[in-house]
Amino acid sequence: MEFRYLPMTEQDKKDMLSRIGVQKSEELFSDIPENIRFKGNLDLKEPKNEFQLMNELTKMAQENVTLKSHTSFLGAGVYDHYIPSIVDHVISRSEFYTAYTPYQPEISQGELQAIFEFQTMICELTGMDVANSSMYDGGTALAEAVNLSAGQTKRKKVLVSKAIHPESLAVIHSYVKGPGVEVVEIDHKHGKTDLVQLESELDDNTASVVLQYPNFFGQIEPLDEVRKIVDTQKKAMMITSSNPLALGYLTPPGEFGADIVTGDAQVFGIPAQYGGPHCGYFATTKKLMRKVPGRLVGQTVDEEGRRGFVLTLQAREQHIRRDKATSNICSNQALNALASSVAMSSLGKQGLRKMSWMNIQKAAYMKKQLQLNNIEVVFDGAFFNELVVKLNHDIREVNRILLQKGIIGGYDLSQMDNSLQNHMLVAVTEIRTKEEIDQFVKEVGDIHG
Amino acid sequence: MAEQDFPLIFELSQESRTGFSLPDLDVPEMDAEDMIGSSFVRNKAADLPEVSELQIMRHYTALSKRNHGVDSGFYPLGSCTMKYNPKMNEDVARLTGFSHIHPYQAPETVQGALHLLYDLQQSLVSITGMDTVTLQPAAGAHGEWTGLMMIRAYHEANGDYGRTKVIVPDSAHGTNPASATVAGFEAVTVKSDERGLVDLEDLRRVVDEQTAALMLTNPNTLGLFEEDIEEMAAVVHEAGGKLYYDGANLNAILGYARPGDMGFDVVHLNLHKTFTGPHGGGGPGSGPVGVTAELEPYLPKPILTKVDNQYQFDYDRPKSIGRVKPYYGNFGINVRAYTYIRTMGPEGLKKVSEYAVINANYMMRRLQEQYELPFDRHCKHEFILSGKRQKKLGVRTLDIAKRLLDFGYHPPTIYFPINVEEALMIEPTETESKETLDAFVEAMIQISNEAKDNPEIVQEAPHSTIVSRMDETQAARKPVLSYKKGEN
Repeated sequence: MEFRYLPMTEQDKKDMLSRIGVQKSEELFSDIPENIRFKGNLDLKEPKNEFQLMNELTKMAQENVTLKSHTSFLGAGVYDHYIPSIVDHVISRSEFYTAYTPYQPEISQGELQAIFEFQTMICELTGMDVANSSMYDGGTALAEAVNLSAGQTKRKKVLVSKAIHPESLAVIHSYVKGPGVEVVEIDHKHGKTDLVQLESELDDNTASVVLQYPNFFGQIEPLDEVRKIVDTQKKAMMITSSNPLALGYLTPPGEFGADIVTGDAQVFGIPAQYGGPHCGYFATTKKLMRKVPGRLVGQTVDEEGRRGFVLTLQAREQHIRRDKATSNICSNQALNALASSVAMSSLGKQGLRKMSWMNIQKAAYMKKQLQLNNIEVVFDGAFFNELVVKLNHDIREVNRILLQKGIIGGYDLSQMDNSLQNHMLVAVTEIRTKEEIDQFVKEVGDIHG
Repeated sequence: MAEQDFPLIFELSQESRTGFSLPDLDVPEMDAEDMIGSSFVRNKAADLPEVSELQIMRHYTALSKRNHGVDSGFYPLGSCTMKYNPKMNEDVARLTGFSHIHPYQAPETVQGALHLLYDLQQSLVSITGMDTVTLQPAAGAHGEWTGLMMIRAYHEANGDYGRTKVIVPDSAHGTNPASATVAGFEAVTVKSDERGLVDLEDLRRVVDEQTAALMLTNPNTLGLFEEDIEEMAAVVHEAGGKLYYDGANLNAILGYARPGDMGFDVVHLNLHKTFTGPHGGGGPGSGPVGVTAELEPYLPKPILTKVDNQYQFDYDRPKSIGRVKPYYGNFGINVRAYTYIRTMGPEGLKKVSEYAVINANYMMRRLQEQYELPFDRHCKHEFILSGKRQKKLGVRTLDIAKRLLDFGYHPPTIYFPINVEEALMIEPTETESKETLDAFVEAMIQISNEAKDNPEIVQEAPHSTIVSRMDETQAARKPVLSYKKGEN
């Protein structure tokens, strides 16, 4: 078998071993004790040539129902949006994707500047002072925010709304075990966080209050009221997780006084790809600038006074702080942050607002049509691009039937909350047409009976 | 912005210029402000750039030219395994059936994707010699934390609450002690000896009934195989602790040795390193974790199983440490790694390590006359030089790194590991040709001569890059972290 990624010839090998001063390459592995040396063959499939392997993997990919083969109304944290063609052309520039973390600014200005621009766009959307270079995803970014709030306030309790993404909530529960932070879950009522319970649980040991805006049900949480409640406890922080597309039209959390805003930029230029990689973002206030997990790019000048960019505030970072670290995140999602930057640049000031607005319009049309067809839309608050319907059947069953009609139905809410049997979370983005929405309403109506 | 500055995309913006093409609004328009409520409607649009599509393309093309990747030139950044990123992997990851599938689709509609993940898990089981693997962690450090949380859960399930310490060698990756701290442990350092290996005496001294785990990279960050590994494993296991393998350096031993056979209980891998990720300018990565059967109950939720030839997720995991990430890991990166493993097969992967090790040893031997070699023994996939001699001439390792930029190379990792003075950590990888290695060696020899004869040329480097050395002090003292119109 030939290996096209391996350039060493037999002659090279001979010459190099001779220069090293050994007869055989095995001698270079003689420091591996005999006992633990692996002597068998790895139990892997035999290699395939490029053409055959491509055929095999293409067939494997074709076994999947996709967001392109079917009409999807599935969201719940991962969305199918318009991705400008230019995005993939930019991120396919291999100077970007074959580079690593820009440790050497003289030959990494491209990456550094792209990240600086990403940070700026996230600040603009969230209304915050500072944004980092990206995090793994929205869920872990939110969990990092929770731990930061506990570390900063030296308090050990956080109040987390149950109307946030259930998997973000689960990740928070995992992340707080290390620092030993208590998570108090706040119920939802009529699709929004129960502010009465929130207020009663808030005390002088509360590090932060965590909400999603718009929340997991698509509802717009009243951040103004939440801030007022949080303000009754000095030092307590307000943390939100926000779909950044929604912030193209909605008042950004920064204007409501959020201390940390996190979320996922998957909505901008990143395909669903079965849940990852996506692109978490982390934005905060100037006050917390030096506590931000992950990497930050800052502006400076070179010896000739030319503007340039560097990784900065590295003293906070794990590789220097080592055992004093408050976060261990080392990599980021640079390539996906680049994809999002290109998508945000394409949309621009007008397009982003328009796209956000169109999501509101199309979802509102969906709600109206559902109601006209006597399908119950359960929450009546203002919402972004997702809504909850209550049907007479198990959602898994509904989705099975919809699939036969070429439709990927919504998220089965009974997975997150037992009391939400027969409830479906429906997402309507700008790419869904009136015809597709009408068909969905008709099919769901037929099943609903 | 001054005239000499390269513009930010915001500085190209002109009001009302557009670069988008959104679908039409084909439903009756409603009063959005009324529906949302005016206090929840932005009163000012986010100030994003207003640019045409060509302007965007030119901007980012220009930025890409201001960036060095593996495709631009040699990138011997130690510990990072900057090998070639196969183009086929990129094409496979972009197949619609892999890129446009939703994590909440019913499992029966994504059997192709689950089949791939399952096969990848099995492949990694074989490569590491562990009993089972989860693909959920997003990156190496995330895998470290996941593994440590599992060790913690294991001890706690045994009623063993006193195991509060994680032992980490002084040569360890910085993420190791950071992950230990974030997982709620105290990080304790064990010294290296004059061989560059963990000092067994010191290990015996620090291991006790409070030891939760020893974290180890093998080969270690000096590029040396910890040949006492069996004895170390025995010391830790006898004290009731677990052995954690940091897989950052797995590229050295594929098919030659397996962490599972060395006595490790938990392993994380960096698919963006050994398995051609790519690195993406800093990520995304993927950091699968493998464990022994004893630790299997603690794996993060959910786990992927195969029942009656159908792939599905199992959420019924009462002892699980819980979720570490939404959905099922960085699928897109896992697809690339799988494609790579299928391209190479067992024979190819073994050659990968063989050639990576030959390349490193060859360079090490060619450079040891000009540079101090602190550990004179066979290295594995990378090696350490010290810039001590050059330092005496007034040339620092940082200067050597900057001078390499003039030759078109990305410098090695510098000042790491921290237990070597003026360290240069060089990892050539197996995908580089002998010609490339020779040219790099010649450049290093020239720089060492310059340090003697013409130190200024090294001290003032780089001379040929688009910008010179950056004022990092100013960047940190007065942080400017975003663009504000008229201020940058």
